[in-house]
Amino acid sequence: MLRFTLNRLAQSIVVILVVFSLTFFMIRLAPGDPFASPKAMPPDVRKVLVERYGLDKPLAVQYFTTMGSYLKGDLLPSMSYQGMWNSKIIKDAFPISLIIGLSALGVALGLGLPAGIIAAVRKNTWLDYGPMSLALIGICLPTFVMGPILIAIFGLKWRLFNVAGWFEKTDWVLPAVTMGLIYAAYIARMTRGGMLEVLNQDYIRTARAKGVPGWRVVLVHALRGGLLPVVAFLGPALAGITTGSFIIEKIFNLPGLGQHFVSSVFNRDYSLILATVVLYAVLLVAVNFLTDLLVAWINPKVRLS
Amino acid sequence: MSTAVIPATLAPAIRPGRSLWQDAWARLRKNHLAVACGFVLIAVVLICFVGPRLSPWNPEVTNLALKASPPGTMETLADGSMAKHWFGTDTLGRDLLTRIMRGGQVSLMVGLVATSVALLIGVAYGATAGYLGGRTDAVMMRFVDVLYALPFMIFVILLTTMFGKSMLLMYMAIGAVEWLTMSRIVRAQVQGLARQEFVEAARSLGLSTAVILFRHIIPNVLGPVIVYATLTVPAVMLLEAALSFLGLGVQPPDSSWGTLIDDGATNMETSPWLLIYPAAFFSITLFCLNFAGDGLRDALDVRGGKD
Repeated sequence: MLRFTLNRLAQSIVVILVVFSLTFFMIRLAPGDPFASPKAMPPDVRKVLVERYGLDKPLAVQYFTTMGSYLKGDLLPSMSYQGMWNSKIIKDAFPISLIIGLSALGVALGLGLPAGIIAAVRKNTWLDYGPMSLALIGICLPTFVMGPILIAIFGLKWRLFNVAGWFEKTDWVLPAVTMGLIYAAYIARMTRGGMLEVLNQDYIRTARAKGVPGWRVVLVHALRGGLLPVVAFLGPALAGITTGSFIIEKIFNLPGLGQHFVSSVFNRDYSLILATVVLYAVLLVAVNFLTDLLVAWINPKVRLS
Repeated sequence: MSTAVIPATLAPAIRPGRSLWQDAWARLRKNHLAVACGFVLIAVVLICFVGPRLSPWNPEVTNLALKASPPGTMETLADGSMAKHWFGTDTLGRDLLTRIMRGGQVSLMVGLVATSVALLIGVAYGATAGYLGGRTDAVMMRFVDVLYALPFMIFVILLTTMFGKSMLLMYMAIGAVEWLTMSRIVRAQVQGLARQEFVEAARSLGLSTAVILFRHIIPNVLGPVIVYATLTVPAVMLLEAALSFLGLGVQPPDSSWGTLIDDGATNMETSPWLLIYPAAFFSITLFCLNFAGDGLRDALDVRGGKD
C-alpha cells in the first residue's frame, strides 16, 4: 500500500509540472497578448506594462522566475485586472465554484445511487424502466440545454429561484441541479450495472440463506462490491464537474473561477490563466489520487497488482 | 471402440457458416432502437447537407423587418411568391431552419474530422505499444497515463486559442485530445493478437513490423475501433458545442449548433424557439449517436469501452 501511494504521489507531481509548463508555453504561443485589446494603448504605457510583468525578458528566464514564485506559494499579480493579485481573485471566486461543484456532486449521488440500487433490486419492473429511461434521456441533455430548460421552468414560470447571479442563499440550487442531473444519470446506470453483477454472486445467496434481512443484504453485503464502478467514476466525474463550471457559470452568470478562467483566456491574461489552470490541475490530481486510494481500499485486487 | 456416427437426424441442422460481420449485422437488425437511431441519423445528415439547397432562404441574409419572428411567419421572396419560416427567424431576421442546417454541417463535420484524427493517432499509437511490448510499451502507456490526468477541457481551450480562427485546426485540436482511450483499447487488443500463430507466421516470413501491424493486426481490431469511434463522435460534438457556447469555438459569421444554442439561451425569455429547435436537433443527434454506438457494441460483442 505504501509503495502504491508513493508511486501515485510521484506521478501526481509529474502531472502538475507538465500542466504548468504546457500552459505557460501554449498560452504565449497564442496570437495576441495581455495588453493588445480592446483599445489601442499608448506605446509608452504598453512598454511600462510589458517591463513591469517581465514580458520583455527571454522566455526561459520568465519560465524559471514564474516557477520560482509558484514554489514559494506566490501566484503573481493578474495582468488584465490591474493591481489585483491572482491569489485574491481565486480566494473570492473559488468558494462559489466549490459550493456549486460539491452540491452538484451531492445531487448526483443523492439521486443516482438510490435510483440505481432500486432499479437493480426491482429489475425489469417499472421501478427499473422508469428511472433508467429518465437516465438515458439525462445523459443526452448537455448542461447548456438542461440549464435553460430549468431556468425557464423554475426561474421564469414559477419564479422559485433567481434566473442568474449570486445574490441570495438559494442561488446555488439551479446550477447545482443542472450540473448534478447528468452525473446522476451516469451514476444511476453504473450503480445498477454494478449491483446486478454482485447480486448474482454466491456470497449474496449465502447471506440470504443465513437469514440476513433483505435490506441488509442489499445495503451492506452487495453495496460494497456494487459501488466499485461508481467510486472509480468519481474521479472523472469530479474532473468534469470542475471544468463543467465554465459552462454552468456562464449560463447562470456566477462570479466563480470558471468565468475568470474563460475571460482570462479571452484577455490573454497569462498570469491569471496559469494560476487558475495550476489550481485546477492540483485539484484534479488530488481527487484522482484520493479516488485511487479509495478504490484500492475497497478492492484489494487493485492494491496487489 | 467404434467410430462415432453422426445420426442422420442431426445432419440438416448443420447450416452454412456465417462470418462475424454477418452475425453482427443480424444482431444489430434485431435491436430496433439502434436501427431507428440509425435512420434518424441518416435523416439528420440529409436535412443538414441537402436541406440548404432546397430552402428558399439564405442563412446569411438578414432581414431587420422580421427580427425574431415566431415559427410559421410568412415572408415575400424576391420573385413575389410567399415562403414560410418554419422555425421562425433569429434576432437578425435570418431563417432559423436554414441556419440549423448550416450549423449542423459544421457540428457534424467536427464530429467526423476530430474522430478521424483521434482514430488515426489512437490506433497507430496503441497498436505500436501493444505490439512492441516490454519497455517501449511501458514508457508509451506511462505517457498516456500522464496525459489522461491532465484537465483535458482546459487543454482543448488552450489549443483552440493557440490555433486561433482556423476551424480545421480547431477540429484537429479536439481530435488530438480524444485519442487516449482509443489507444488504450487498441493496445489491449493488440497485446492479445501479437501472441497468436498467424502473427508468428508473418514474422517468420520476414515481414517488417510496419507491414505486420497494418496488414495483419489492425484489421483484426476493427470491431472495437468502430464501436469506440461511433461513441467518440457524440463526445467530440459535445465538446465543440461546449466550446462554441463559451464563445471559444466556431466564430461568427460561421455557426454551429453550439453557437445557435448560445444565441437561443440568450434570447430564451422573448423568443424561446431560438433555443428549442437547435437544442432539439443537437440532443436528438447525440442521443441517436450514443444508441447506435451502444447497438454496435452489443452486435459486435465488444467489451469495455467507455464505462
